[in-house]
Amino acid sequence: MSSDHSHLPSETELRAKALESLLVEKGLVKPEALDAIIETYQDKVGPQNGAHLVALAWTDADFRRRLLADASEAAAEMGYFGRQGEHLKAVENTPEVHNLVVCTLCSCYPWTVLGLPPVWYKSAPYRSRAVSEPRAVLAEFGTELPGEVGIRVWDSTSEMRYLVVPMRPVGTEGWSVERLQGLVTRNAMIGVEQALPPERLAP
Amino acid sequence: MRGGHDLGGRQGFGAVDPEPEEPVFHDEWEKRVFAMTLATGMLGQWNIDQSRHARERQHPVAYLEQSYYENWLAGTEKLLLEAGLVGEEELRFGTAEAKCGENLRVPDAAAAREILASGGPAARETENPPRFSVGDEVIVERRHTSGHTRAPDYVQGCRGLVREHHGAHVFPDANSRGVPVAHHLYSVEFSSRELWGNDAEPFDVLIDLWEPYLTFVKSSGADGNGE
Repeated sequence: MSSDHSHLPSETELRAKALESLLVEKGLVKPEALDAIIETYQDKVGPQNGAHLVALAWTDADFRRRLLADASEAAAEMGYFGRQGEHLKAVENTPEVHNLVVCTLCSCYPWTVLGLPPVWYKSAPYRSRAVSEPRAVLAEFGTELPGEVGIRVWDSTSEMRYLVVPMRPVGTEGWSVERLQGLVTRNAMIGVEQALPPERLAP
Repeated sequence: MRGGHDLGGRQGFGAVDPEPEEPVFHDEWEKRVFAMTLATGMLGQWNIDQSRHARERQHPVAYLEQSYYENWLAGTEKLLLEAGLVGEEELRFGTAEAKCGENLRVPDAAAAREILASGGPAARETENPPRFSVGDEVIVERRHTSGHTRAPDYVQGCRGLVREHHGAHVFPDANSRGVPVAHHLYSVEFSSRELWGNDAEPFDVLIDLWEPYLTFVKSSGADGNGE
């Protein structure tokens, strides 16, 4: 899978344009619907949703329990529900266990809480190796886990979608939900990185 | 089917390329292909498993060479052709020979937003009791099918432990043929050594597998997971 985005064949671009004008001419799609779909995932639904849930779980023991027991319901409670988030499961990192999410067969990903997946998540290197050498994959993201930490890899083969709840960074005691959210990256919620340390947030 | 998409454990693809500050879309045409795929899906002429299968049914070399949204474009064109919504000639020249959306509910912006926001749960009621319990040891049957399946090649023939029962979900193998039956779905845990041999680094893989993929080995009352 090519990762060179600057030299995509214009043939693909033309094919996409031809298909769109054909579909519109035939009355099979409405351009305004296409715009609405793009706008939803470009501007509205994204990893800020998941970061909100994680920060809530870090600060509210009761919400954490609800999130781990039934993430679809806990997310819906906060208004995060919809396509590719109907069956959500939150898996929590601890000092003993680190979780990592992949879809080896395609690109299943919890859209409602993370938005659309990044290119690397859909790429052959990640999909092939996350289930066979996760420590090496983590190292490529600069993530080194102590040897005694167990790794659990979740391969999303069904309509279940997985959200990693990273460990709360030390030195964030007393922080507000809003401030904590800034430490919860998309990559931490896929499990390829930890949450950011507090010093990474600009004062 | 064991096509170019079934990637778990394959080798030779090199390192992952994390792209910091990655945009949601890299090109205008990616946005349009993404949206066309979702919008045509909303016409109700095919389901999500048929749409996955359409992307899988490509030459493995093409699947692996093309970018992600190029595969989506190829899949969407195939689905439109096979559903009879567009013709080969129309696709080639990008001009319509006849309109055909009259009998379909074609979403406008508000309807599209509503469909995205309401989702489409895959859980179903079933009267059949689940055959497996949490803690049971199971083996994934080997299957060689040209149809769509969500039992990846790398777990076939391997033994794992049932960790969770998710209830019954739409069964992709049948749904991809337009038959919406449901089967019990389980989260099954495999040790890395069971999957990759004794030299594997220690970790576990958890995969969701439907009941028809699995054969019972022994119950949780027995002596653990057979590692």
